[in-house]
Amino acid sequence: MDEILILISFGPDGWGDEIAQGVLITVLLAVATLPFGLLLGFVLALAKKSEEPSLRAAANIYTTIFRGLPELLTLFLVYYGGQILLQQALGALFGDVRIEVNSFVAGMIALAFVFSSYASEAFLSAFRGIAQGQYEGAYALGISRFKTMRLVILPQLIRLSLPALGNLWLILLKETSLVSVIGLSDIVRQSGIAARVTKEPFLFFGVACLIYLVLAMFSSVGLNRIEAWTKRGEVRR
Amino acid sequence: MSDRAEQKVEASAAPTVPPSRAWSKARLTGYALMGVWAAAVVGLVLFMAESFNPDFIERYGEKFVSGFVVTVELVTISLVVGCLLSLPVAAMRMSRSAILNGISYAYVYFFRGTPLLAQTFLVYYGAGTFQPFLKDAGVWWFFRDAWYCAIFAFSLNTAAYQAEILRGSIQNVSRGQWEAAAALGLHKAVIFWKVILPQAMIVALRPYGNEIILMIKGSAIASIITIYDLMGETRRAYSRSYDFQAYIWAAVMYLVLVEALRQTWDVIEARLTRHLKRS
Repeated sequence: MDEILILISFGPDGWGDEIAQGVLITVLLAVATLPFGLLLGFVLALAKKSEEPSLRAAANIYTTIFRGLPELLTLFLVYYGGQILLQQALGALFGDVRIEVNSFVAGMIALAFVFSSYASEAFLSAFRGIAQGQYEGAYALGISRFKTMRLVILPQLIRLSLPALGNLWLILLKETSLVSVIGLSDIVRQSGIAARVTKEPFLFFGVACLIYLVLAMFSSVGLNRIEAWTKRGEVRR
Repeated sequence: MSDRAEQKVEASAAPTVPPSRAWSKARLTGYALMGVWAAAVVGLVLFMAESFNPDFIERYGEKFVSGFVVTVELVTISLVVGCLLSLPVAAMRMSRSAILNGISYAYVYFFRGTPLLAQTFLVYYGAGTFQPFLKDAGVWWFFRDAWYCAIFAFSLNTAAYQAEILRGSIQNVSRGQWEAAAALGLHKAVIFWKVILPQAMIVALRPYGNEIILMIKGSAIASIITIYDLMGETRRAYSRSYDFQAYIWAAVMYLVLVEALRQTWDVIEARLTRHLKRS
């Protein structure tokens, strides 16, 4: 028992600090991906509910691709494909150059693609939950289209889409683990190194799993708070 | 007089907007984006044509097909085992016993709250920790093999998800159905199998379809623990040839598989819910 405590402790003999760094990377990656994913998802949802068929089709192609591909494959496509594309583009400009795509950025892009395609569906169904009368009411008050979106629709949209987005956040948190495959030192990779060095794989992968559970629990608490905040205007029944 | 009447009619009629064929902003953006997609497709086709070599197809074509088969096998076995496992878990989740409920809740929470990758590593590498014990129990051959470990981890994972789908859909059937069937004097087992379950399954159809798709996508993780499924074959082909078309072929195959499944599922759902459709 003491040995286990030493192994997961912070300090020179323990792996606690290395794994803590991994936690930081995982959380950073998820948090950095979130705004891009949300923004892209929102724009996609706007495109999908537009009356223009070509715009809808373009958005639907995007979702079909990124919801159909395995996340791991998307990651490899972005990581290796991005490398090749950049190399050719910059090679044409500046001659032969060697380029390494940063695995954090590649992970961020790939996860944002996947997240946004799911988020667009969440936003779309939230849009369907807002009555047409809201737009008409705002129009009758002479509010501009942009302000209608910002002041009338968006607050309701956030409240309606929050449960689905909360789920997507938890999924995103779990999917960041895939980035360990392309060499980013997240929780899984750090505990994998610890497992190999100490020959205690069950302990360290178990710890990794528990850390993900704890992160999920914290997220749930946070999401509940946000949900309560979005409902502060509602009448208590 | 008649003039005024006509005017009145005209005024009260809803202003019919002629279908706008003008180049609105949305239209321009839509066409531009479709243009981007078209350019991407053309670029991909050009890339494939440029890097086309019969050697690659000849050397790796068969392997891709076998990888595809392995993926389908892996997913099918895991889903079936997971489905069987999910029955007792869902039953425990719905039982009144706090202990049974707690155990099944912890199980479901663990497998839904942690990444499949970490679970797979926990089984595949973690089994090594218990090697002497597992050898004594005579199951070491099982945990030594990456294939069995993947099936083990995936089955446990999907069982947790499927148990929640099952529980949710059964509890979604209103209590009135139970009561009405009981009032007709039906046996409890009969009520469950003939009244509740058919209604629950219709609700569960869509989530089950999504779970299959999630499993297909998740199965790519098996490639990390040295299984040559579609993803594994792709990675091997890429690491040997440094030819990016390997990944593109894999993407096409996964997309076709998932889309075909989605379409089939839509047909099945339309067929099974045709009595609920209001025409």
